[in-house]
Amino acid sequence: MNEIKNDPAALKHELTNLDLETPEKPHLDSNELIINMGPQHPATHGVLRVILKLDGEKVLGTECVIGYLHRGVEKIAENRTYAMFNPYVDRMDYVAAVSNGLGYCLAVEKLLNVEAPARANYIRVILTELNRIASHQLWLGTHALDIGAMTPLFYTFRDREEILKIFEKYCGARLTTHAFRIGGCLYETYAGFEKEVKNFVQFVRPKIDEYEKLLTTNRIWLERTKNVGVISAEDAIALGVTGPVLRASGVKWDLRKAQPYSGYQNFEFEIPTGENGDTYDRYLVRMVEMRQSLRIIEQAVGAIPEGPIMAKVPKVIKPPVGEVYHSIEAPKGELGYFVVSDGSTQPYRVRVRPPSFVNLQALDIMVRGMLVADVVAVIGTLDIVLGEVDR
Amino acid sequence: MLNALMSYLGSNVTPGEANNQLWALIYVLIIFAGVSVAVVAMNWLERKALAHFQVRLGPMRVGPHGLLQPIADAVKLLLKEDIIPAEADKFVFWIAPLIGLLAAFTVYTVVPFGPSQAVSDMNIGILFMLGVSSLAVLGIVMAGWASNSHYPLIGALRSSAQMVSYEVAMGMAVVSAVLMTSLHGTGLYGASSLSDGTGTLSMIGIVQAQQEQQVWFLFKFFPLGLIAFVIFAIAMVAETNRAPFDLPEAESELTAGFHTEYSGLRWSLFMLAEYAAMIAVSSIAVTLWLGGWMRPFPHWLSGSVWDFIFSLFPGLTFLGLAAIAVRGTLRMPKHNYFRVQTIGLGAFALVLGGIGLLLLAIAIGARASSSEAIARAADSMNNIYWFMIKIAVFMYLFIWYRATWPRYRFDQLMKVGWKVMLPISLGVLIVTAIVGVIA
Repeated sequence: MNEIKNDPAALKHELTNLDLETPEKPHLDSNELIINMGPQHPATHGVLRVILKLDGEKVLGTECVIGYLHRGVEKIAENRTYAMFNPYVDRMDYVAAVSNGLGYCLAVEKLLNVEAPARANYIRVILTELNRIASHQLWLGTHALDIGAMTPLFYTFRDREEILKIFEKYCGARLTTHAFRIGGCLYETYAGFEKEVKNFVQFVRPKIDEYEKLLTTNRIWLERTKNVGVISAEDAIALGVTGPVLRASGVKWDLRKAQPYSGYQNFEFEIPTGENGDTYDRYLVRMVEMRQSLRIIEQAVGAIPEGPIMAKVPKVIKPPVGEVYHSIEAPKGELGYFVVSDGSTQPYRVRVRPPSFVNLQALDIMVRGMLVADVVAVIGTLDIVLGEVDR
Repeated sequence: MLNALMSYLGSNVTPGEANNQLWALIYVLIIFAGVSVAVVAMNWLERKALAHFQVRLGPMRVGPHGLLQPIADAVKLLLKEDIIPAEADKFVFWIAPLIGLLAAFTVYTVVPFGPSQAVSDMNIGILFMLGVSSLAVLGIVMAGWASNSHYPLIGALRSSAQMVSYEVAMGMAVVSAVLMTSLHGTGLYGASSLSDGTGTLSMIGIVQAQQEQQVWFLFKFFPLGLIAFVIFAIAMVAETNRAPFDLPEAESELTAGFHTEYSGLRWSLFMLAEYAAMIAVSSIAVTLWLGGWMRPFPHWLSGSVWDFIFSLFPGLTFLGLAAIAVRGTLRMPKHNYFRVQTIGLGAFALVLGGIGLLLLAIAIGARASSSEAIARAADSMNNIYWFMIKIAVFMYLFIWYRATWPRYRFDQLMKVGWKVMLPISLGVLIVTAIVGVIA
């Protein structure tokens, strides 16, 4: 067996120069096996294609092929006004559409030098944290399904439904919400909003315990996740990995604390971190994050101030010439928007820093030397959304 | 002809022993049909039970409460285009599901539904069962190889490794149960006669040994029997490729494992074989450790009154099912759209109730009259009923496992098989032998 160098360039060379043609005569040999996982595969969470190089079941190397869901979102931005582009960002990470919208709105607000009013900020925080829980629930369900536990999927979808109902009542949409506008929020909270959110917090707390009861101390779950897909803090930082994946490696980095936005400094919450940087730690970190989000929601919902929900923003948004980068802590990691204005009504360039795309880079070093089954587990634990990877 | 048919009924042995080919054929047909119906029922039950575990409803559209869903599925599968991949080895591809099916169904030859309710009573029954059921791996490997595709190949390799390694632990557990058949008197080996305290490999003989020794082997030499049983119960899940050991068809990893390239009728044959194999291994477990066809507490609660009370169970079970169906009928929405479904469910309830009443009548008739024919019918009914109930418990467990646990990884599976199950089963076997000789 060839010595595999942990060098992405060499691996790429190796994989792309492989002779994939079928030999004239079939013969028995013991070469490495190249298999395509995806783009049509039940466990790649959409249309990710991973080329696996296998020795038996052992993974010698991987290469991700992306772009199957590319829609040119960033290019579209250049032909839309600032307000018109707002709904498009929801289509990137469609399971955390509210976070995407928040990041974009904050970036343009920074460019315009306006700030959303306090009431709008509270509404934003509540909805984004609800969205974080929804995103983590979807992650948990699909991740557990990948590892073979079917049931959590249905439990998490059942409970996520309650969040989507709140979204629907608030802004009429369940998934791609377009909840926020540049300068604040368009919609006032509906009658009974606070009560419903409070009820939801009460409702979902025991449900999270229920998920944990199924998995946290489950022997098979432990064996499948402990020491699987380990990434050290140094590697994670070097690869630009953010979000729960980074925190599970022991780095206490959360943009909500590090550079608070939308009034996150007003709330008390903790940043959970892991120790080993393995799949199990990432699981635990996300479980704690759900509880911390509930904590934030509880604080926010009891203290929504009265006042306007929209800052003074001109009807036609024409930011001054300049460029701005703003990033938020999306459920999957650092979601950044780099917006360049040439002084016209349309952005000159919008560049998105999607957490899924950057985190996906870590796949290769996480699965090298592991088994095929672990590739599935690691894709699940990275919590990627292909809509965001490809944009 | 009629004489030949009737003359067998008077004897108390299996058709195989009576050398009655005609009745053997009838038994085979009954078992073939019965197992197929059981697989269909299991299909519905699995989908419904799994759905209820997972806060869903499961099939609800085809027939009342989806009762006709398996039939609709079967029709769909039969009508599908028969696809053989261009690069596949056509003959092997064609024959692989048949081998799996053959292996799964042949084992029923020796499954003892009662002391005379089996096709044949081989003196090497359990050996035959293990041997034939392990042929199933051949079908899987052939399917994986013939598909000429990566995922099926990996699935087939996984399953062959898995089935071979779990068969070892399974065999050890079985041997310890077989040992127990002889360990109540003197001698370990000898002719397969029970009266002088020697052991037997015959499936019927094993149950009779439990009857004679007045103990289910599950509780014999406590906890040795229990450990052996647990080993077998785990190994049989691995042997049938069911969750949490369903690596060969790990959907999230290998799309569908060894049957990725199969569709339509051939695919359904694999499914049929899988479910038939589940019932077959459950019947081994029931025979070896749970007293086979014996009703609970045949000695503690003995006497004709208790016999009568227990013989009411089959009828009452069907009446209970009928009651559930009636409740379902009453709860149907009162709307024209549901009229056909309501009538269907009501008819189903009537059929179940009718069967229940018939079985009750047989049980009561056996006590009231002295007719030998009715007594024999009641006996058969009781034996088959208790055997099936015990199997049903295992079937439910299979579904429960699937709803609860994640899937093992390949190396962990091997580790469990070789490093945990095998040593324990070997230890249990040795200790059983020592305890048996001393006791």
